[in-house]
Amino acid sequence: MNTCVDKMTAETGMDDPGDQFPVGMRVLAVDDDPTCLFLLGALLRRCQYNVTTTNQAIAALELLRENRNKFDLVISDVHMPDMDGFKLLEHVGLEMDLPVIMLSAHGDPKLVMRGITHGACDYLLKPVRMEELKNIWQHVIRRRKFDSKEQNKPNNQDKQPLAGSGCSPGSAGTSNTDQKMTKKRKDQNDEDDEHEEDPSTQKKPRVVWTVELHRKFVAAVNQLGIDKAVPKKILDLMNVEKLTRENVASHLQKYRLYLKRISCVANQQASLVAALGTADQSYWRMGSMSGLSNLHTLTAPRQFQNTVFRPLSSSGVIGRLNTPSGLVVHGSPSSRNIQFGCAQNLNNSMNDPLKFQSTIVHGNQNGNLVLGITGYSERDQLQHHKHKSISSVQDMANASCSHTSLPSVRNNSFMVAARPQNTQGGGANENLSSIDSQPSEISRSLLDHGSCGANWSNGVQPTQILPSSYPPTGFPRQLGFLPSSNPSGSSSITLMYSQSHDATANANSQGGINSSGHMSSNVQFRGWEDRNQDAAYRSNVLCSSLNSLIHENSGVSGSASPSPTDPAFYRNLNFNCGNPIQTKHDGFAKLAEEIPLRQDQGYIIHQQMAQQSRISNNLGSLDDLVGSLMKQDKDKVKLLDGDLICNNYTVGTSM
Amino acid sequence: MASRRQIAAMKQSLFDQDYLDEQFIQLEELQDDANPNFVEEIVTLYYRDSSRLVSNIEQALERNPLEFNRLDSLMHQFKGSSSSIGAKKVKAECTLFREYCRAGNAEGCKRSFQQLKREYATLRKKLEAYFQQARQAGPFEAARRSK
Repeated sequence: MNTCVDKMTAETGMDDPGDQFPVGMRVLAVDDDPTCLFLLGALLRRCQYNVTTTNQAIAALELLRENRNKFDLVISDVHMPDMDGFKLLEHVGLEMDLPVIMLSAHGDPKLVMRGITHGACDYLLKPVRMEELKNIWQHVIRRRKFDSKEQNKPNNQDKQPLAGSGCSPGSAGTSNTDQKMTKKRKDQNDEDDEHEEDPSTQKKPRVVWTVELHRKFVAAVNQLGIDKAVPKKILDLMNVEKLTRENVASHLQKYRLYLKRISCVANQQASLVAALGTADQSYWRMGSMSGLSNLHTLTAPRQFQNTVFRPLSSSGVIGRLNTPSGLVVHGSPSSRNIQFGCAQNLNNSMNDPLKFQSTIVHGNQNGNLVLGITGYSERDQLQHHKHKSISSVQDMANASCSHTSLPSVRNNSFMVAARPQNTQGGGANENLSSIDSQPSEISRSLLDHGSCGANWSNGVQPTQILPSSYPPTGFPRQLGFLPSSNPSGSSSITLMYSQSHDATANANSQGGINSSGHMSSNVQFRGWEDRNQDAAYRSNVLCSSLNSLIHENSGVSGSASPSPTDPAFYRNLNFNCGNPIQTKHDGFAKLAEEIPLRQDQGYIIHQQMAQQSRISNNLGSLDDLVGSLMKQDKDKVKLLDGDLICNNYTVGTSM
Repeated sequence: MASRRQIAAMKQSLFDQDYLDEQFIQLEELQDDANPNFVEEIVTLYYRDSSRLVSNIEQALERNPLEFNRLDSLMHQFKGSSSSIGAKKVKAECTLFREYCRAGNAEGCKRSFQQLKREYATLRKKLEAYFQQARQAGPFEAARRSK
């Protein structure tokens, strides 16, 4: 602490920020609470940063938009009245590509996760301490290096090094970038009216990427497909006056970086989750995760806000899950089952569960978020959609981050976040809206991890669910994907989380669900009973058990014959289990512990479960199923083979 | 006028009785020549701003049925700022209140809030007394010395 004081006498270095860095680093602090803002400002000044404070997120965005190069770092509170901190985070990340640190009095792992998936560099707890603030400059440096590395990659012939992305003029980190920029710019700089040829200062007329503009951009990228999206074509599609190819190229690069960051974060998160829940990745990969994910998302009706789900229901992404029973499926703990139900409908969309997986992997984090989304009140419709999305999300989540589907995942998170908030701004929002109306597209997009762009807009729907729906539960317990903003969302995710036991349990449960469609059904049943967040926990447990089940019977999923949409299906499940399922959380907890599941998956499952619980009375039996499944392997197997696994499921998922 | 030792003892007792936690020490460390009254300023700001929150919560508690989500959100803010000045007991009451909110326990919320208001008021009085004494002794010195 005193180090800062000692530095007080040093030169501020304002005239030469690069040399004196981090002294003089320009920070924008945003917090609606005056006390906290006052403290934060004082602490930052003590660290010798150049501090600007504002208590309004909107004002902060305007400040940033005015001049992107004016700030090096943004620190923002999560809970603000005029705009959610996560939304601000997205905006800043997309439009300005500045490192953003989130602040909150809440150490809720779910929130932390959300922050990370939204691209936050760090997440600090209030009251903020000096020691933590003294190190925040690392994020600026890191970003600069990261961006310059990205620029080295030959992504796109039109790609132009991001101008000033995360780099401040004069900083050492920018020099390489600038050089590259200069070179590339010269190469590509023909017809476009150019910015000044002065990369080092980056004094070009900067285009402000408004929400509207970004929306067009994203739409164009989606239309072209993320891999095929070249600035020239995007520019043509966007058809915006005075927008140059360079602008688009630079924005595209940022966009890609953003997606990549999200995927990396998701990856890390997944690892973390795995570590926590000791989930076995293989579980996830196993079966038709996609199916699961859909289910998961569906099951999380409680948690999600209605608004989030609404969009999903609009287009029957999943194709109606086959009717009401499909809905029931939602409730069923086994995401698998749900998937089956969904699978039927989803078949077309989920032809390639692997794809889902891959796409979902990225979206693991997002996926989870998506799951949460499914907690919309419009479960029935949503469920269909959700299932789809969930499974896809799940898959995505499950899959490695390396999949290009990330973008979709990303979208999801965006969308999710945007959705619940009913925000209009930003591309994220855009995505949501577009996604909502085209759930089917999303699922397709999810499947197609190649078309990241498409996923972005389309895929978002399903995934959207997740973020919002995640109930803010402790991370250890719940993989935390559930967005805290979803009141109802907690249901599904909470299912997973309901496992009030340690995170391991949750992780397990989650993992189980995701990986094993079968499993999830069991788990989900559990979730039904438990509407509240606890259910999520339970679902976690279930999920894990499901996972284990699935694990055991990876191939089983296909064998189920009864249609998921048939309520009898669930009953069958129940029968098969033979063992009364403990609807208690404890039961789940145990199961969860037994089954190391990825938390991510669990989340998804939870969601589905939550929804299901709401939706169907069969839940009770499902719970039983789950319980029995969890307890007994052979029962599980039976379940898996038998009624639990719907044909659809197998169809849709490659379990 | 209290001696420096007495002022220090005053402050120490605030810590001992859990009215304040180490965050308060951070505040004191931020006080220096450039910000000689930092601690008092921030505490004053806190009480001014949080009184608004307190009355909002109070009004919300009079509704029927209670809107737990909203209460939770209000209390979250209150907790954030209370923890920023190191108001330990107040912060603990906030946590308890939120638990009641989550459990949907209206009675618990109301009870907890009453307790919270008491803690809040007590702390205010104690801090005011402390600042008064410290000011007389020389604010900067007092802060330094009492560490």
